[in-house]
This record gives sequence, structure tokens and C-alpha cells, in this order.
Amino acid sequence: MIDAPRVELWAILPVLMLFGGGLIALLASGFARRAAQAPFALFTLAALAAAAASALWLWNRETTTALEGMVSIDRLAVVATLALCGIGAFGAYLGFHYFERDDFRRNEFYALLLFALGGMALLVAAADLIVVFLAVEVLSLALYVMTALTFRRGPTEAAMKYFLLGAFASAFLLYGVAMSYGASATTSVQGLARALTGVGGSQPLALVGALLLVVGLGFKVSLVPFHMWTPDVYQGAPSPVTAFMSAATKVAVFVAMVRVLDVAFGSLAWDLAPAIAVLSAGSMILGSVLAIAQRDVKRMLAYSSVAQAGFILSSFVSPEREGIAAALFYLISYSAAVVGAFGVVMLISGGIREQTGFERFRGLGRRQPVLAALLSVFLLSLAGIPPTAGFVAKVLVFGAATSAGYWPLVLIGALASVAGAFFYLRVIALMAMQEPRGVDIADPSPLPRLVLAVPAVTVVVLGIVPGVIVPLLQEAGVLTW
Amino acid sequence: MIRLPLVLMFSALLFSAGVYGVLARRNAVMVLMAIELMLNAVNVNLVAFSSSLHQMSGQVFALFIIAVAAAEVGIGLAIVILLFRTRESINVDEVNLLKW
Repeated sequence: MIDAPRVELWAILPVLMLFGGGLIALLASGFARRAAQAPFALFTLAALAAAAASALWLWNRETTTALEGMVSIDRLAVVATLALCGIGAFGAYLGFHYFERDDFRRNEFYALLLFALGGMALLVAAADLIVVFLAVEVLSLALYVMTALTFRRGPTEAAMKYFLLGAFASAFLLYGVAMSYGASATTSVQGLARALTGVGGSQPLALVGALLLVVGLGFKVSLVPFHMWTPDVYQGAPSPVTAFMSAATKVAVFVAMVRVLDVAFGSLAWDLAPAIAVLSAGSMILGSVLAIAQRDVKRMLAYSSVAQAGFILSSFVSPEREGIAAALFYLISYSAAVVGAFGVVMLISGGIREQTGFERFRGLGRRQPVLAALLSVFLLSLAGIPPTAGFVAKVLVFGAATSAGYWPLVLIGALASVAGAFFYLRVIALMAMQEPRGVDIADPSPLPRLVLAVPAVTVVVLGIVPGVIVPLLQEAGVLTW
Repeated sequence: MIRLPLVLMFSALLFSAGVYGVLARRNAVMVLMAIELMLNAVNVNLVAFSSSLHQMSGQVFALFIIAVAAAEVGIGLAIVILLFRTRESINVDEVNLLKW
């Protein structure tokens, strides 16, 4: 007699909403290729709202796993899903405006966005390495296509690089999964944790597996030395896609890293922490130094996101719940700032042939005071200057790293943020102090400015009263198994 | 019965061959094939562990990998074709509009 598996579909309701919405959008875009975009955009927002509502509904559920231990139901997943839905809504709106402006009908964009978000929402709830792998692939495959969506030469080349290096990294991730399976006879996060605790002695197979998993996941969040694709892809991809992927991928993959590193390989934390510290320090230093050399704002933001990934990772040396809460706060503040920054860059760059060199930003304060002010807020937050959320976030992650005894890492981080402040402030100075040159190609429409004010307000509010979400995040950081 | 360490050695070699292929090949399709080699090395690994542990889950995982690899190749070749249309070349070194 075979026991039928229990199918608890309610546990993945947010994921189902996103995938369901994606399928409907895909079918509709197949039948109405040249139809107006607005219904698609509205439908996407509705699907995101449904997913967010069903995630909220899971908030008060008992922490457990469902679907034969494949997905976990806990507050970490709920918080991350809500953040992802928020990022997705901005991504959808920015994409709508971007394609509408050039009358370039790409209705598949919405389906791909929903698929990518579905994969991300699955990734943040994944409680088994099979699900981690499937979710990473779903989100990556959608993002590869989104990168190439304008069919121009730059985006296509970016997609090619993203795809080849991404598939290469997935192979490492899988090799890591195979090793951990061999070491523990299970692929479930809980099972791994149970199998690896109390074994004693060195566990080379599990350690190799964990390190390969870190390589695979580190590629997706562009940690040095797996960051080579980041500048090209962030520069080449259409700006709304860059805004979406730079924020949402980091949220999803870092939350998955929390589960993999803090739970599954929690008993190897002492062996893994030095490797994590090296990756984190490398990303902070190299990201900040290379960003200084850039002459293009999108490329500069790409290197800055490499450095930001290092800052987030530095909280992972502390397996306490403060570390998780700090990482979550950093992810939320980073997402708001980076979505806003790429959104403003999209408005300034003028159309599908994006011009994002520094000369476009010269004297922007005179011509486009609103855009310049918004971009300044986002850049100040990325630099970590009070009273923005970026400052609080840096304090929290450095506090977590210090309490774990990694003060050299904190020192490197502090120096890297000083170097970082230079290139962020240079753009602000360029906008405020120089005379404008050439013709103004910035987008004049008022609605995107209003929409981009939302992340700006978020960044400032979280910087002044971080207490509004920190207790929630600390609750989300409690992982019971 | 083949001994487990031998199989693991074989899959490690296969994986390394794939890594070498990705780093050394210049044709995008060849790079794609090298990546497939790496994925199949993982499959060998999983099936070997699965049989030595007398468990099914490793083999199921291998089936998942095969399915996802097929989807990945689909997307990859679509991007290669798109690149060929805009560039008339799929040599990875000539893809240089953006710096590495």
C-alpha cells in the first residue's frame, strides 16, 4: 500500500498566485501581441496584490513545513514575499512606462516578471535543496529572457553573458547539492541540519558541498569573485529590468542563503564563517574600488551592488537572529534605494537607446530638480549616510558581525563605505554643481516621479524611525525547526 | 557492483572537463555543451549516491536536473540565435560591445 502524499497547496498560495497570473498573462500576450499594455500592467499589479495578501494570510500560521517537507511556512518567507511583491510592483510599473514611452509592445514582459517573482517567492520558502535548485532556475530563466527583451545588440549580448555564466554557476550549485546529499543521505534543509549535528570530526564532503552551494548562490547575488557578469548585465539590460533584478534577486537568494547556511549547514558554521568573511571582504573592497573607476551610472551602480552584497553577507558570520534581522533590514533598504536609483536613471536616459554616461547627469539639478533630488536620496542611502535607511542598515549588519567577533571584517566594511561615499557623492556633485551641456532628453511625465517618490519616502522613513519594521524583522528572524 | 569512489572520481573528472570546456571554448554552442557535461557529471554523482544509499530521492533529483537542463538549453539556444541575428557571429570573444 502506497501512502498518497499530502497535498497542502495552501502553503504555497503566494507562489501559485504568481505562477497562475504569469500563465494567464503569457496566454493573453500570445493572443494579443499588439494589444495595449495597460491591461497587462494592471493585471500584473492585481496578481501581485493577491500574492501579497495570501502571504499575509500565512503570517499567523504555525511555523512548519508542508508538501512533504519541501516548503517551509514561516515568517521569514512571509516578510521576504511581501518585499518581493513590492519590488515586483515597481518593476512592473517602470517596465510599463519604459515600453510605453517608445511604443514598443512587449507584453511578454509581464508574464516573465510574474514567473521570475514566482520563482523568487518559492526560493524564499524552499526547505529542500531540490526546491532551491528549481526556484533558482525558474527565476534565472525568466531573467535571462527579460534581459534580452528589447532585441537590441547591447541587451542581447548582456543576456548571452548572463545566461552562459548563470548556467555555469547552476552547475556548481548542483554539484554542491550532490555532495551534501552524499554526506547526509537527504536533500531537505531540516534533514541536513539533523544529519550534520553531533556527527563530530571533520565532514569534508558536507563542507565541500556547502562551499559549492555558496559559489552557486554567490553568483546570483554577485559576490566577488563571481561578479564578472554584473556590470555588463546591469548596464546592458533595460533599466526597469535592472531595477527589478538587482533588488528582487538579492532578496530571494540571500533569504535562501539564510536557510542553507544558518539552518542546513548550521553545525558547520564555524568552518564556513572564514570563507564567508573572505567573500564578504572581497566584495566590499573590490566593488567599492572598481565603482570609482566607472564613467557610466548604470555600471557604477552595478559595482556598487557588488559592494552592497558584501555588506549584506557580512551579517552572515553571525548565526544569531540579530544577523538574520540585520540582513533583512539591509535587503529592504537596499531594494528601495536601488529600485529608485535605476528608476530615475531610466527616466534620465531617455528612451530605449539608453544614454547613461556621466555627461547625461551633468547639471541635472538645474534642468530636472525633482529627478536630481530623488536620485540624491537614493545614492545617499546606498552610501549609508544618515538620516537614510542605508545608514541604519549598515549599523545593524556591522553590529551583527562585531558581536560574532569579526571586527576586522567590520573595519574593512567601514573603510569600503568611506571609499563608496566618494563615488556616490561624485554623481550628486555632478548633478548639483556643474553646468548642463547638450540637449535635455529626460522624460517629462509626472506620474513616474510620483511613483518613485514612494521608495524615496520609504528610505527616509526607515532611516529616521527604523523601529517601525525592526521588531517584525526580528520575529521573522526566528527560525525554529 | 561498481565501487562508489570510482564513480565519484569519474564524475569529478567529467565535471572538470566541463569546467575546462566552458573556460577554453570560444563558440557559444560549445560552451553550452560543456555546461551540459557539468550537469551530467552531477547526475552521475547523484545516481551513484542514490544507489549506494539505497534511496530513491537522488534519482528523482537527477530526473529534475535532466528536465531543467532541457529548458535551459531551449532558452540558451534562443539567445544564441538572437545574438547571431544581430551580430552574425556566436564567438564569445567577439561579443565585445560590453566590456568583460
